[in-house]
Amino acid sequence: MPSVMLKKNAEGKLVFYVPKKDLEEVAESVEFDTQDKWGGEVLLGDGSKYYFEPIEQPDFPVTLRAKRLDSGE
Amino acid sequence: MAALTREETEALIQEVLEVYPEQARKDRAKHLAVNDQSLEKSNKCITSNRKSQPGVMTIRGCAYAGSKGVVWGPIKDMIHISHGPVGCGQYSRAGRRNYYVGTTGVNTFGTMNFTSDFQEKDIVFGGDKKLAKIMLEIEELFPLHKGISIQSECPIGLIGDDIEAVAKKANKEIGKPVVPVRCEGFRGVSQSLGHHIANDAIRDWVLENRDGDESFPTTPYDVAVIGDYNIGGDAWASRTLLEEMGLRVVAQWSGDGTIAEMEKTPKVKLNLIHCYRSMNYIARHMEEKYKIPWIEYNFFGPTKIAESLRKIAALFDETIQAGAERVIAKYQAEYDAVIAKYKPRLQGKRVMLYVGGLRPRHVIGAYEDLGMEVVGTGYEFGHNDDYDRTIKEMGNATLIYDDVTGYEFEEFVKRVQPDLIGSGIKEKYIFQKMGIPFRQMHSWDYSGPYHGYDGFAIFARDMDMTLNNPCWKQVKAPWKTEESPKVAVAASA
Ligand code: SF4
Repeated sequence: MPSVMLKKNAEGKLVFYVPKKDLEEVAESVEFDTQDKWGGEVLLGDGSKYYFEPIEQPDFPVTLRAKRLDSGE
Repeated sequence: MAALTREETEALIQEVLEVYPEQARKDRAKHLAVNDQSLEKSNKCITSNRKSQPGVMTIRGCAYAGSKGVVWGPIKDMIHISHGPVGCGQYSRAGRRNYYVGTTGVNTFGTMNFTSDFQEKDIVFGGDKKLAKIMLEIEELFPLHKGISIQSECPIGLIGDDIEAVAKKANKEIGKPVVPVRCEGFRGVSQSLGHHIANDAIRDWVLENRDGDESFPTTPYDVAVIGDYNIGGDAWASRTLLEEMGLRVVAQWSGDGTIAEMEKTPKVKLNLIHCYRSMNYIARHMEEKYKIPWIEYNFFGPTKIAESLRKIAALFDETIQAGAERVIAKYQAEYDAVIAKYKPRLQGKRVMLYVGGLRPRHVIGAYEDLGMEVVGTGYEFGHNDDYDRTIKEMGNATLIYDDVTGYEFEEFVKRVQPDLIGSGIKEKYIFQKMGIPFRQMHSWDYSGPYHGYDGFAIFARDMDMTLNNPCWKQVKAPWKTEESPKVAVAASA
């Protein structure tokens, strides 16, 4: 369950950052991305997949816990 | 010498790896790569931030060096105690040339060495009492200091001293910030973790000190310069440009910086990151907690400076944008003259770099402004995100080496035959003896600043001075050069 720092980049895309892993990736897709439901499966540019418990749309940047589903390798 | 092709560079890497035993060869192979600009992500071609192989000559430092030497040390109005035996602090004392203004020993303490000078009895019975006593002594001897940081050396973690408790107590007694930093040298694989630990200590013990205190008058143009250590005056040469374009620099982290500046940083509008590697952690933290955006910039060489000034200005209003254009125009005659003078002397020369932090990628632009080409680069303690940012800066088929060993670096140089090498003090004399011009690119070889337009003029002069120095023709013994007449030595005896 890594802690992931999430922010929006200049293009409004979600950027994923895991400090100890030096992982800095743009998210390709987010399963739920509406005002009152955000989270679910997130697919990163490198092919790996993470899962966030769906919550209300958070105020980015924010640090959340994620479950790693697929390393993409 | 003509540039190596991709195949030749790959063959070179294989050849160099040849001498290692199998295990080491497998491991080192992951750290050496031929640059491929088409890649988006560096982890496809290079591995970094791993433990060095035992037995090789590596050039890395320890976590204590990263915290005390890099991040905390330059904060000039604090006293940084090298907690543990005397050597770690004494042998690294004042080595980084972080310039500052102030009266050393009275209100600033940058070049002094404070240590708890551990003896055997401190290891056996613990050093907490001694540490408490030292801090009271410091308060008495140097009443104008603004705070104390405790920089742990290896033994502190090994014997399990509770420096946090001592720090809290001392903080009450002297009424100034006292920051315990758990940067024991054995943590992590290089100085890089020391940077991270130091950032975390600032986050936990300094950054919140003025939360809720609105007495500091702010402006919409407040920025902080983060990750500029003022080597040879770098931060000053950068700061003037930012101020000329209309911004207000509230804090310098940490070259010529003070603890008050750090405490005020959460009030700025934008954080400007020069050395990403050593301070991105705190910038990311401030982004999350205080919603302060941050951007990376590069003040080496006019092309990158103009690019960076415009990028920074784009985040502000038209006055600042006009300010950026004004600054670029104002210095144009100056840097054009520098290029006109030095480019003809340096054009086409090839450079190999091996440094730390931001320089393996940031200085490339400055060399290119002078018509030079960087044909190999590498980081002592970089991570994947550094290499991600390097791939696009470097030419195709150039060499990239991570945590290069003494042997590999020498072999690469012998084959690539660069005209100039930029690396550290440990490499300097080897390459000079090989007859290759060398610049020490950690402390700018006792020169600097190299940042900003003023710095670029000095940078260009230094590179010319080194590269075109007539001494390189004298390195070979006269009787070993082609044209030396074959006079029998005996005849003259
Ligand atoms: S590794 Fe330990 S003993 Fe060596 S310099 Fe670093 S802190 Fe000191």
